[in-house]
Amino acid sequence: MQDVFIWLNDQLLRMQWLHDLVTWLVRDGFGLDTAGRIGGSVHFFIYDVIKIFILLSVLIFGISYVQSYFPPERTRRILGQRQGLWANTIAALLGTITPFCSCSSIPLFIGFTSAGLPLAVTFSFLISSPLVDLASVILLASIFNWSIALAYVGIGLVLAVLGGTLIGRLRLEDQVEDFVYQSPVSDHDNDGAISRGERLIYARDQVADIAGRVWLYVLIGVGIGAAIHNWIPENFISALLGQDKWWSVLVATVAGVPMYADIFGTLPIAEALVEKGVGLGTALTFMMAVTALSLPSMIMLKRVVKLPLLGVFVGIVTAGIILIGYIFNATAHLFV
Amino acid sequence: MIIKILGSGCKKCVALGDNAKVAAASAGIDADIEKVTDIIAIAGYGIMSTPGLVINEKVVSSGRVLTPAEITPLLQEARP
Repeated sequence: MQDVFIWLNDQLLRMQWLHDLVTWLVRDGFGLDTAGRIGGSVHFFIYDVIKIFILLSVLIFGISYVQSYFPPERTRRILGQRQGLWANTIAALLGTITPFCSCSSIPLFIGFTSAGLPLAVTFSFLISSPLVDLASVILLASIFNWSIALAYVGIGLVLAVLGGTLIGRLRLEDQVEDFVYQSPVSDHDNDGAISRGERLIYARDQVADIAGRVWLYVLIGVGIGAAIHNWIPENFISALLGQDKWWSVLVATVAGVPMYADIFGTLPIAEALVEKGVGLGTALTFMMAVTALSLPSMIMLKRVVKLPLLGVFVGIVTAGIILIGYIFNATAHLFV
Repeated sequence: MIIKILGSGCKKCVALGDNAKVAAASAGIDADIEKVTDIIAIAGYGIMSTPGLVINEKVVSSGRVLTPAEITPLLQEARP
């Protein structure tokens, strides 16, 4: 039984067959040595790009199908019925099955806030939504392993719940732009009207939409990963980000926060960094910093909240990410 | 009649605009179709997912691309 699981995991998730196929292509087709620099980079690039696109398509299809049952109006209704920490937890969980685009965060913020949801709940949702999604769990399991994937999700959810709760405690309701509270609440809901066929079409369209939006980030991410993998000297990386360097998590955060990319583009970079001996916590910090916070999303949020609240949000998330990095680095031996 | 398509320029918004045009033409309704692309203006209508369809300043649909056959009755309902 365990052998069957390992085989399925290796072939379907880690795609050993693809790894072998690309090895054959690069070695016999292109005549390059896969252990060498150029051959190794070419192999990393082709294998990772194909693997990520296959997983991305399958996963987004499945998640979008589930997500079609949870339009934002329904999410808002569910959250409105809950209170306290429980509401934050549900918000963080529902954040894992929302669309990936940061451009939807503004309508969600306005829609939630104008309907009277507390800031604590809205922010739990806003933190969890880009940081953790079901696709990232499977991808992390594919590139690293299952215990790392589950730990990432668990800790991401904790960050969302605690971060949101903390923001709620600070009583910053007056730091939201006034027009947000005056926005009308439309409880328009197509929920019941959708047939299974329409859900499948919706899921297919989401795959095309998201693949069309992220493919460039994936290519850039894998390109950077391939460069780290084979061209940047190991001692350079370990001097900057090595496990024994106390500043490595801070460097990863500072580099990652302003960057805008999604988890699909960030994973190959984290993968290459870990292979070069960078601590697991440092690599995960980098991923979280890139996905949870970015300059474009801050600029968008600035249109609906005042600067102090934006500052508190960025500050709490950044501090949380840094803390997670140090915890993971200290306990990495449990996961590898 | 004023029809507004709410959406920040995605493919679905274009499709919804086209379908609204077809529906208006087939119902023989003289309609101005406007696009609302500013995200804050969109949220000002109270919707959380795009594309949204607004007829005479009333939100009639959000988050879906309606077919012309679905839009026609909405237009007829709104006809003065």
